[in-house]
Amino acid sequence: MKKKVLTVDDSRTIRNMLLVTLNNAGFETIQAEDGVEGLEVLEDCNPDVIVTDINMPRLDGFGFIEGVRRNEKYRAIPILVLTTESDAEKKNRARQAGATGWIVKPFDPTKLIDAIERVTA
Amino acid sequence: MDMNEIKEIFFQECEEQLAELESGLLRLNDGDRDPETVNAVFRAVHSIKGGAGAFGLDDLVSFAHVFETTLDCVRSGRLEPNQDVLKVMLKSADVLADLTNCARDGGSVDEARSKQLIRELEALAHGEMPSHAEAPAAKPVAAPKAAAPAAPAAPVANDQGFVPVAFSFDDFGDDMPVESVLPAYEVIFKPKADLYRKGNEATLLLRDLSRLGEMSIYCNMDALPSLEELQPENAYFTWRAVIKTDKGEDAVRAVFEFAEWDCDLEIKALEEDNGEQSDDESPMTPVPFDLSALFDEPEPPVGLVEEEERIAASEAEAAAAASNVVQLPGTKAADSAKSAPAAPAAAAAAAASAAAAAPAAQTIRVDLDRVDRLINLVGELVINQAMLSQSVIENDTNGTSSINMGLEELQQLTREIQDSVMAIRAQPVKPVFQRMARTVREIADITGKSVRLVTEGENTEVDKTVIDKLAEPLTHMIRNAVDHGLEMPEKRVALGKNPEGTVRLTAKHRSGRIIIELADDGQGINRERVRQKAIDNDLIAADANLSDEEIDNLIFHAGFSTAEKVSDLSGRGVGMDVVKRSIQALGGRISIQSKPGHGSVFTLSLPLTLAVLDGMVVTVANQTLVVPLTAIVETLQPEANSIHSFGANQRLISIRNSFCPLVDVGKILNFRYQAANPVEGVALLVESEGGGQRALMVDAIQGQRQVVIKSLEANYTHVPGIAAATILGDGRVALILDVDAVVAASRGQPLRHENALAAFG
Amino acid sequence: MAYLAQNLTKGGRELIAFRIGDQEFCVDIMSVREIRGWTPATPMPHSPSYMLGVINLRGAVLPIVDLSARLGMRRTEPSVRHVIIVAQVGQKIIGLLVEAVSDILTVTEDKIQPTPEVASEFERSFARGVLAIEGRMICLIEMDAIFGDRESEAA
Repeated sequence: MKKKVLTVDDSRTIRNMLLVTLNNAGFETIQAEDGVEGLEVLEDCNPDVIVTDINMPRLDGFGFIEGVRRNEKYRAIPILVLTTESDAEKKNRARQAGATGWIVKPFDPTKLIDAIERVTA
Repeated sequence: MDMNEIKEIFFQECEEQLAELESGLLRLNDGDRDPETVNAVFRAVHSIKGGAGAFGLDDLVSFAHVFETTLDCVRSGRLEPNQDVLKVMLKSADVLADLTNCARDGGSVDEARSKQLIRELEALAHGEMPSHAEAPAAKPVAAPKAAAPAAPAAPVANDQGFVPVAFSFDDFGDDMPVESVLPAYEVIFKPKADLYRKGNEATLLLRDLSRLGEMSIYCNMDALPSLEELQPENAYFTWRAVIKTDKGEDAVRAVFEFAEWDCDLEIKALEEDNGEQSDDESPMTPVPFDLSALFDEPEPPVGLVEEEERIAASEAEAAAAASNVVQLPGTKAADSAKSAPAAPAAAAAAAASAAAAAPAAQTIRVDLDRVDRLINLVGELVINQAMLSQSVIENDTNGTSSINMGLEELQQLTREIQDSVMAIRAQPVKPVFQRMARTVREIADITGKSVRLVTEGENTEVDKTVIDKLAEPLTHMIRNAVDHGLEMPEKRVALGKNPEGTVRLTAKHRSGRIIIELADDGQGINRERVRQKAIDNDLIAADANLSDEEIDNLIFHAGFSTAEKVSDLSGRGVGMDVVKRSIQALGGRISIQSKPGHGSVFTLSLPLTLAVLDGMVVTVANQTLVVPLTAIVETLQPEANSIHSFGANQRLISIRNSFCPLVDVGKILNFRYQAANPVEGVALLVESEGGGQRALMVDAIQGQRQVVIKSLEANYTHVPGIAAATILGDGRVALILDVDAVVAASRGQPLRHENALAAFG
Repeated sequence: MAYLAQNLTKGGRELIAFRIGDQEFCVDIMSVREIRGWTPATPMPHSPSYMLGVINLRGAVLPIVDLSARLGMRRTEPSVRHVIIVAQVGQKIIGLLVEAVSDILTVTEDKIQPTPEVASEFERSFARGVLAIEGRMICLIEMDAIFGDRESEAA
C-alpha cells in the first residue's frame, strides 16, 4: 500500500516539486495551499505523514501543526517542517508546536525522502 | 511535469509574488500597519527565495535573503517601516524583479545598484538592531518537563511475566559486517513523553540506528508502573543500544536529530571489545528487545485488546511492554483512537483563530489556449444564432410565436454565455498599475521630483489582451506626466503647492468600456508653448484660430514634443502620437483636459475585449464592410454644394466651414475604378492616426452591430486596408476596414501591397 | 481504414483526383480536410486574380483559390456545380475551387513518373509528377510547393 503524504505549502513552485518528488518516490500525495486548507483536507485524507511550510497565509505552519496535534486522531502523526538554514528560531517554535522533524531548504528530493523514511514505519 | 515546467511555474509565481510584494509595500507606505500586510510582504520574498534556492539561482537567493532578513525585522517590530525604510524596500523590490527577470531571460542586472541596496538593507537590519545575535528571541526552548515518573510504586515489569525475545537483525536486510574492529558506541536513549507528542517514535529511531551497523539493544522497563497507574501519555522506558559502525559518532547522533530535545540521550564511544560488558555495570535491568517485531503487522494478544483500544497512540511503548509488540505509529494507533470528539472542534477553532481572513475566492488556473478556444466557439455560437434568426425572418413563418420566443430566449442565452466567457479572460488592471508605481519611482529619481502615485479601481477588470497592451502607452503617459506635468519641488512650494506632486491613476467601467484616467496636479499644458511649437513644426498656420481644446490636442500630433531637450525619459523618440496610436489600435480613444496651474487629465476609453468590436456595417461597391465605431466621429449625408473638387483627383467636403478631404473607400480598395458620386452615398467622418479628420465615402449604412473579430492572417495573410474579418448574420464573411491604412492611402501612400502572396509562396 | 493502413504499409498513397477543364489533377488525400460545395466568397481588395475571396467555414475565415487560374489556366466562373477542396497546407487551411472530384486513387510511389521535360518552369514548379491511370494522365500537385507557407513553418 502506498504511503500517503499531505503537503501544505503556499508556493506553487514548491508544491509542484513536492508532488513530483513524492510521486516519483512512490508516495501518494495530497496537497493543501495553507494551514486552513491543510486542516480541512486532513480529515478526509488520513495521511501517514505531513510535510508543511511555515510561512503561509491564513494559517501558518505553527498554527497548522498545533491544529493537527489538537486532533486526537492525529496527535501522533509525523509532521515534517520545511525550513531554511537560518530559521533556528522557527525550527524551535515548530518543535514546540509539535513538529516531528524538519527538512532544510533549498529543496532537495533526497533529503525529503530520507526525512520521510525516517519518521514513518 | 519536469523541472523545466516547474521552473516556468516558479517564474509565474515570482511575478505574482512580486506584485504582492509591491502592493504590500505600497500599503505600508500609506500607513497600513496590519501585521498581515507585513506578513504577506515577508512571505512574498520568502517564497521567491525558497523557489530560487531549489533552482540554484544564487544571485536571487542571496538578495532575497538579505531582503527577507530586513523584512523580518519589520515583522518582529524591531524596525519601524517609515517612509525612508520603505523607499529602500521598494527599490529592493524593483531589484528583486530585475533579478528574477534576469534569471528567467538571461541578461544582467545593475550590480552596483543591487550591491548598494544590499548594503542599505543590511544597515537597516543592523542599525535598528543593536545586537543581531541576541535579538532574535533565541529564547531557549522550555525543555518539556521530563515525564518520567519520579518514583513508580514498584517496578512491575518482570512480574508481568514478559518473555524476552532474542534480538534479530534479519529483517533489516543489510548484511552487516560483523568485524569487531568497528568502533562501537553505546547509546542510552530515554524518550520523554513529548517525543511521542511530536509524532516521533522511539522504535523508528532505533530502527534507523540499527541501519548504521550491528546493534544490540536493551530495554529497561524499571520505570513502568502497574497497569492501573500507567499514564498512557507518559514514557517509561530507557533504551540502551550498542552499535558497531564505521559511520562515526556524528552519524549516530544524526539519527536522533529530530528527537534531541525530547529525550535524554547519551552517546559514548566504547573501548573495543567491552561493548557487551558494560551492561554489568549498568544500573538497569535490561530486557533484550526484538526490534524486528515492531515492523510486522502486530497482532494484539487476546485480552489486551481492550487495553489497546483504551490507550492511544503515544503510549505505544507501554503497549509494547504489555504485548511485546509496538503498534505502527500513525496507523493502527490512529484507528484505535476513536475517542476524538474534540477533534473537529479543535480544528475549527484553529481555523477560526487563524484568521478572520476574508474567505479567499476559489480559483483554478487554466491554459489560455483553452479559454481562447471556448471564446472562439462562443463567437461561432453568436454567429450561428444570428444566422438562424435571420433565416427565420426571411422564411417568415407567419408569426409562429413559439419559434420567435424560442429564438429570443436563445439570443438572450447566447449573449449571456458570451459575456460570461469574456469574463473569464477578464483580469484586474492591478498588475499594470503596480508596474506604474515603479515607473513613477524611477522617473522621480531621475528628475529629482517628489511624486506620489495614487491608484484607484485597480480591481477593475478588462480583457487580458488589453491589459498586456496597456502597459506601454501608460508607462509613456506617466513619464510624460511626471517629466512635463509636475513642477520641481521648489517651484511647487513657491506656488503654494505640496512639494510632493500627485499622479492619480484610476480605472472604472463605464457603459461597456473601461475608462482609465491619469491625472497630475502639475502645471497643466502650456498652451502658448504648444501653439508656438505647432507653428514652428508647420502643424498649424501662424494665425490659426484654435480653441484651448484644439491646442491641447496638438500634443497628439505625430512628431510633436515640447520637451526642450530629449531627456532619457519622455524622450526615447516616442511622442504622445504613438501613445494615441497604440490606444486606437486597441479600439480605444484618448482625450485630454488641462487646466493651467492645476494639472492635466488624460482619459483613455478602451473596449473590454478585443474579441468583439462595435462596428458600423456599411455597403461599398456591393460589398459589406465593417467600420470600427471608435474611429467614427459622425456620419453625414453630403449635399452637392458641400463637395468641392481640388486639383485633379481630390475632393473636399465642407463641414461647418472647414474642409475635409473625401476618401473614396471603394476606389482605394480597388472595388471599383470609377469614383463614386458622394451625393449618392454617406460620408463617415473619421479621426485617424495623427489626429487628422477624413470623410470616408461609402454607399450606404446598414446599421450598427457588435461583431466577433476573426483573423485573416490565420489562413491567409495581411490584406492592406483591412484590419480583420468577421462573420455576419447571413453567414458570409465581411471585412473590417483598417481606417488608418485607408486614410494613409488617401494621402498618397499607396496601400502597401505587402506581397499578398507571401502566404502563397 | 484497414485498407488504407494496408496500402500505406506497402508504401502506397491515396490521392484525390479532380478535373479542371479537360485536365485531371490529384493531391494527396492526407492534406484534404473535406470537400464542399461552392458558396459565394467575399472578395478581398488588392488580392491576386486567382484569389476568389474568403468564405466562412464553421467560424474560420477560409481563403478560396481558383486553382485553374493559379495554375495559369482560364479563370473559373464559379457556380453551384463547382466544389471546394478544403486542404491543409502547412499551418494554414485553404479552399481550392475545382470543377469536380473524379476519383480516389491508391498508388505506390513507383507509379508516379517524373514530370516530363517538355513542361515549362511554371508547370514544373507545382507538378510533383504524373500518373498514368487507365489511359488518362493525372498530374500530382505538390501543394506545399505552390501554397507553402515557409514563414509559418519556420516559426
